Amino acid sequence: MNIVLVGMNHQSAPVEIREKIASDQIGAEELLRKLSALSSVFECLFLSTCNRVETLIVSLEPKETVQEAVSLLFGDRDHDTKNWNDYLYVLEGHEAVRHLFRVSSSLDSMVMGEPQILGQLKDAYRFSVQHQCTGVVLNRLLHRAFFVAKRVRSETGIGSSAVSVSYAAVELAKKIFGDLTAKKVLLIGAGEMAELALRHLSRNGIKEIVVANRTLQRALDLASEFRGSAVTMEEIVMLLPSVDIVISSTGSRDYVLTHRDVQGLMRKRRNRPLFLIDIAVPRDIDPRINEMPNMYVYDIDELQSVVEVNVLERRQEALKGERIVKEETIKFEKWLETLDVVPTIKQLVEWAEHIRKAELDKTIPRLASLSSEQQLLAIDSMSSAIVKRLLHNPVQFLKQERKHEGNRQRDVDLTRRIFALNDYE
Amino acid sequence: MNEFLFWVCLCAYLVGTILYVLYIFIQRKKLSLMGLVFLAFGFSCQSVYFILEYLEAGHFPIVNFQQSLSFFAWAIVGCYFLLQSKYNLRVLGSFVAPLAVVLMISSSLFPLSALPYKPTYRSVWLPAHVITVFLGNGIFAVAFVVSVMYLLQENTIKKKTLGFFFRRLPPLDRLDALNYGCLVIGFPLLSLGMITGSIYAQIGLGSYWRWDPMEVWSLITWFMYAALLHQRLTVGWQGRRAAIMSIVAFLVLLFTFLVAGTWMKGYHTYAIPEGLR
Repeated sequence: MNIVLVGMNHQSAPVEIREKIASDQIGAEELLRKLSALSSVFECLFLSTCNRVETLIVSLEPKETVQEAVSLLFGDRDHDTKNWNDYLYVLEGHEAVRHLFRVSSSLDSMVMGEPQILGQLKDAYRFSVQHQCTGVVLNRLLHRAFFVAKRVRSETGIGSSAVSVSYAAVELAKKIFGDLTAKKVLLIGAGEMAELALRHLSRNGIKEIVVANRTLQRALDLASEFRGSAVTMEEIVMLLPSVDIVISSTGSRDYVLTHRDVQGLMRKRRNRPLFLIDIAVPRDIDPRINEMPNMYVYDIDELQSVVEVNVLERRQEALKGERIVKEETIKFEKWLETLDVVPTIKQLVEWAEHIRKAELDKTIPRLASLSSEQQLLAIDSMSSAIVKRLLHNPVQFLKQERKHEGNRQRDVDLTRRIFALNDYE
Repeated sequence: MNEFLFWVCLCAYLVGTILYVLYIFIQRKKLSLMGLVFLAFGFSCQSVYFILEYLEAGHFPIVNFQQSLSFFAWAIVGCYFLLQSKYNLRVLGSFVAPLAVVLMISSSLFPLSALPYKPTYRSVWLPAHVITVFLGNGIFAVAFVVSVMYLLQENTIKKKTLGFFFRRLPPLDRLDALNYGCLVIGFPLLSLGMITGSIYAQIGLGSYWRWDPMEVWSLITWFMYAALLHQRLTVGWQGRRAAIMSIVAFLVLLFTFLVAGTWMKGYHTYAIPEGLR
């Protein structure tokens, strides 16, 4: 009985291969059904996202099951199985547990710290539960995985900083304005980068968008997409008193916004802050504007360096995350060991003996008439006999393989719960 | 008993402060919650302490410098609770709590001796004056702290360093709004404090205004906050300038309280043991 994980991710397989799996999937439902039909498989779970495919199995015969799973996953495709093996990783036991924890806490993600993976894993688990493919081990393992993800997120700064230029711009805007929902954005130049930044901003609830472009048609097109309005380049300065965020990305050789354009602007704005994002090369916005009160100018290099610092920081934080994963893997292993028969029987006997002793100690002082050593011994051996007789059947039940219908963990776990052995120690 | 309560309160504030300062470094919500619990506990102890003092002295118990310092700390913590419940800015506690502790520690350096009783202590205008003044002071202390936070945050954004404080401090907009909110609440309290004070002076000393150093400096403080409020309302001052002005005004307020109230001669002057003067 072992936990095995078969999978491929963005590191083990190039995108062409991952695409194939993602596009013509055999369907999670069918896969789960076929896997759980195997006699050696007790529990299974299947996760598929655009960056990874993971199959998690609790099985009696790990080697066989892996072969089976691989052929189920890729068998009817044009590549032969051997070829697929180059892109796969097969992990067993605590390696598999560690990998799952790293996946759930986004340490294994392409963009480290991205939050989506946890939701995807939760969906996969729910799906597996609905199809009755999970049991004692996977239930516990997945809940631990979610817990680890939560710990890593709250105890490290892995997901707290932006790692792309447009996200960095949004993050800055949020630190200046707090709430973006009532803000007005002016987009100067309708390039691709600007569009991306705009998309991020509008996802954070911008109130109004104005697009200015040399060719008005392009401005109109983009504006209509965001339900905004379009203006000509000459109108920009007139708009400055009323907008809050300016994103500029024109191909102009000179500054589109000069120091002179913003003279006296703050008075008209009644000192409301203005955030200017310059993602053009060469620059569109005079950097000296940043020195004026309540105006903040960031150019592409500055945003880029924010991102770089954040990426470095994330790597530092990831180290902390790895430590947490390691800790939790060990804890889980410990729990898994308790599911073995021998320690459970041992604990059961110890527990019963403990109760017997305690009861004897309580009773004997009250039996003053029992004076001789012999009588005391008789009581002692009688209590021992009762305990032994009581435990005989449960212990035999645990010991005999054939009584468990192939799922001994379940029975061990049930035994432990009936006798509350997890609380006793 | 009273003295014991005082020390319990000081310790609670100290532990709360340590937790809050740890919170800013480690960023665990639990730390700030525990910090809040300790501050609340200290605050309740101190409230009971004042009530007991009142019962013992038979009049409103804030009449000497030691008591004023500790009452100032109490007012700051109280104002923080009010603002925390409204704005929920946990990190604010990391900045406010140390201020309260410093005041409590300075208060503890003075002897806990009672002053000779004066009949005017029984006047209802004494608590009216002291409570309004110190609630105003407490609010302005929070405004001061918020302004410092604003400048720190603004600096990281302007200088593009985005370091330690960038992530930990709230957005500029919220800090500025809170600063303004404090001013709007604090200014009427300060004004009321000065009016009740002059009435108390009329009753106790026979004249509304005597150009006592404390009175003069209070008036200067009042003018500074009035100017700040005026600039905000008419010109729309906000952000950096308003924050700096708020800091300067609070420093003047502190000077009024600490220096004008002690080292300058006047009837307001708190009784300070000779050695310290």
